[in-house]
Formats: sequence, C-alpha cells, structure tokens
Amino acid sequence: MPDSDTACALELIDISCTFRSRDDASQRYTAVSNTTLRINAGEFVSVVGPTGCGKSTLLNIGAGLLAASSGEVKVFGEPLVGINTRAGYMFQAEALMPWRSALANVMMGLQYRGVPDPEARRQAQGWLERVGLAEFGDRYPHQLSGGMRKRTALAQVLALDPDIILMDEPFSALDIQTRQLMENEVLALWAAKKKAVLFITHDLDEAIAMSDRVVVLSAGPGTHPIGEFAIDLPRPRDVAEVRHHPRFVELHTQIWNVLRDEVLKGYAQQLKKAA
Amino acid sequence: MWQRLKPSENNLRAWQLGLLAVILLLWHVASRDQKIAFFLGEPIKVAGRVWSWFMPVGFGPNALFPDGLPGNADIYLHLGTTLLETVLAFGIGTVLGLACGLWLALAPTASAILDPYIKAANSMPRVILAPIFSLWLGLGIWSKVALAVTLVFFIVFFNVYQGVKEVSPVVLANARMLGASQRQLLRTVYLPSATSWVFSSLHTSVGLAFVGAVVGEYLGSARGVGYLILQAEGTFDVNTVFAGIVVLTAFALVLDGIVGRLEKRLMKWQPRSGETEKL
Repeated sequence: MPDSDTACALELIDISCTFRSRDDASQRYTAVSNTTLRINAGEFVSVVGPTGCGKSTLLNIGAGLLAASSGEVKVFGEPLVGINTRAGYMFQAEALMPWRSALANVMMGLQYRGVPDPEARRQAQGWLERVGLAEFGDRYPHQLSGGMRKRTALAQVLALDPDIILMDEPFSALDIQTRQLMENEVLALWAAKKKAVLFITHDLDEAIAMSDRVVVLSAGPGTHPIGEFAIDLPRPRDVAEVRHHPRFVELHTQIWNVLRDEVLKGYAQQLKKAA
Repeated sequence: MWQRLKPSENNLRAWQLGLLAVILLLWHVASRDQKIAFFLGEPIKVAGRVWSWFMPVGFGPNALFPDGLPGNADIYLHLGTTLLETVLAFGIGTVLGLACGLWLALAPTASAILDPYIKAANSMPRVILAPIFSLWLGLGIWSKVALAVTLVFFIVFFNVYQGVKEVSPVVLANARMLGASQRQLLRTVYLPSATSWVFSSLHTSVGLAFVGAVVGEYLGSARGVGYLILQAEGTFDVNTVFAGIVVLTAFALVLDGIVGRLEKRLMKWQPRSGETEKL
C-alpha cells in the first residue's frame, strides 16, 4: 500500500475511446486516443481543450459511466470496475431530480447508502447551509434559479464526501458574477477538505484561477494531452482578483499559445462537419 | 353595461351556466312538438327520471308532472355496480399497465420480442372482445371489468413505456454516480419520471374505464346503468336513456375530478405556468 498522501487518486493510463455508429458499424469516431492522466490525492487538476474534443468522454471514463476501448483506469491504485464509487460527479446539464425538493435531492445519495432518514436529513441540511441555501430546502428545482440549482447539485455531490470530485463544465451555464462566486465557494470548500478534483472546462481563465495543474488537450478526433502546466499562483486565491496577477497573465499567455492552434483546428473541423 | 356582461375571467361561471340554461330552454321548446319529443326526450321528464332514481320522496300530480313523480331511489344498486366495475377496471388496468410498461421499457429484449403482439393487441378494436369475456367470465361484473381493463391497460402502458424511455440520461447518470442500485433507480428515478406520463393518461383512461363498463353492461348484464339504458331503449323510453346519459356523465366528471385532485397533490413539483400574481 503506497503512502496515501502521494498516491494517485485517479489514474487514466493509455486510454483510447472509439465510438461506433449504431446504424453503420464501419463508421467510427475515435474521441480519445492514448491519453494518460494522473491526479494526485488532494490535487486540483483542470483539463482544457477546444469544444467537442472529448473532454467529457475522458471524465465519463474516469467516473465509470463509460468503458474505454483500451487502457486502464485506476482509483487509488485499484483497477476500476463499474461505477467509480469513490468519485462524485457534477454534471454540466441539469442533473437534479425535478420531483424532489432541494433537500431531498441532497439527501438522495445518503439514502442510497442506507443512511437512516433523520440522519440523512440532518447532514443534507448542513450541506445546504454550507452552500448558502439553508432556507431553500423545501423548494423544487424549478423554483430555484440556475445558480441555486448548481449549488444544490454541489451539495448533492459533496454530501457523500467523495475522495475524487469530477466536474464537467459545471458553471458554463451561469452568468459571470454568479460563476465567480461559485468558483470561489468551490475553492473554499476544496481548501477545507483537500479532495482530488478533475475539472473540465473550456474557459482557460477559470482553469488557471482554480487549479494546481492545467492539462491542455488537442482538438479531436483522437484527443490527447499536448501540454501540462503547473500553476504556481499563491493560495488562497480569489478568482476575480487573481486574474490581474502578473504570473497569471504569464501563464495564460504560455497556455494560450499551445491552445490557440487547437481551438482553430477544432473550429475548422466543426465547420467541415456542418458543411 | 356591456363592460360587465362581456365574457371575462370574473363572470366565466355565469356564462357557462347561461349557456346550459339556453341549451335546456331550446331543448324544452323543441320538445313541445310530440314527434321531436319522441326522439329527443323532454328535459323536464329527464330531470324527473333522475329525481325518482335518486330520491326516496315522491310528489303527487302537479303542473310539471301531471302523472305525479314517484320517489323510487332505485338506481343505487345499478350505479354502484357500474362504479365498482369502473373503479376496479381503472385500478387493475393502471397497475398492470404500469408494471408491464416499466418491465418492457427496462428489458429491451422482451420488448423487441413482444413488440408486434403489443401493436396487434393495441390496434385491435377491443370492444369485440366483449362477447368472449361474457363467455369466459359470465354475465356478472368481471366480464365488464375485463373489457374495461383492456381499454385502460394500453393507454397507461404506452404512456409508462414512453415515460421510462424519456428519463433524462443526465438524471439517470447522476443517480448512478450517487450510488443507486438497480432497484433504487427503479424506485427513485424511473417510477417518479413515469408518473407524470401516467397522470396525463389517467384522465383519458378513467373515461375509457367507464366506456368499457357501460358497453359491457349494454351488451349483456343483469344490473348496472348500461343495463338500465338498454331496458329503456327496448321500450322506446328516450327520457330514461337521456337520464342515464346525464347520470353517467356526472359521475365520469366526478371521477375525473378525483384524478385531477390526486394529480395536483402528487405532481406539485411540476412547474405550472401562471404562478405569478398580477397586482
């Protein structure tokens, strides 16, 4: 058993993922090829890349929702079989159950694990308070604003105290102010309970402001990492203020130089696909 | 003056009642002619018929009813039979439809094998099954229940099937990531998601349960409102036929109202338009 502080929380080793068209088996699309990605326990890693490059595919493989065509996934050294039970997943789209109140949504994971209802309710209420929604437990998702729904989703994921948190562009649908507020809250919560975070985004500013490490992916098909940057900005950070830090600007330029060509490539491919 | 009479939100109920009064009045005036009355019935006699069905007190001869109005209160056995058949068929059909819909939606192989049979069973005009059910189950209530169940079942079944197929994949993936087992998925995701579809079908199916029960009675029975209508038709008693129709309509509305109440209570999570209040 390796030392748990330095152990990899999540390892994606030489992952390839090829989708086959359901109607025509000869039509294949390789979303990800030969990608290796390691996230240490307690590390905040962002993955950036052009739209449609297979970032979400990678995340779904790490979550165990999708099986890779080849390669291996290890969770704290153990090969992953089925759903990754040590991970929490925050989705890009609305994932709350519309027929459950905010509190019931946060309680859900605990209920699945057989936590008795009063205890689950108490814990869920605690998490709602931590994301600033103490008063809104009895609201249904449609009665909450977009930002509040994201907070509920965050509480839902954190309530299970996962060792790995996977986030798939969780704030892309929010307006910029709400977004920065949420980013700071996520950072504060993360700083309190250092978890391994794999954060997918297409927003380079967001990636640099939040992470310890930024991985740049190439344009699809056959996405693979083409650059890796350690973000040595001091913590704690405020995502709005850190953007003016000279080191931030420097890193941004460096990473953007790598990313720019891929973004253009990815855009050209989308145009071709649409034509 | 016109401002107050113009149809608006406030006097909607008055307009609705007014329309009913106009229709009844036209009906009454038209039925002054004996030939028309033979086919259309007379509203006052229909009302009298309903009264003697439900009320235990009668009247002597008077201006409206020259022959007097007996208070028989003799419909309850028939109405109870019809309602019992309807409710039984509605319950059994809904539960069966729900169970089969969930099963087939979650078992793609079974659904692929059974697909042509389901299509055939659904396209078949199922009222023709009535004689077979009478043969199998006799003239009692169960042949009517069986007929109504076949009507209710498919409506609920297809809605549940659709409902399960259209569960949001993100919600499903989220529940799986939160650690739901297959059974928990069924209970916390598929079932609630299907209920909204089920409820939209229940309004249709409660009506059809009534249709099945009454048609079943009409085709052969010893009691029930359908039986009363059949008897009245046999003696050209058009007023009683209309009275039967009125009673059935009223009770179908009551059942529909109960379903609506239930829906409102269970579906309070659904966004409804018009939640803002104008000041």
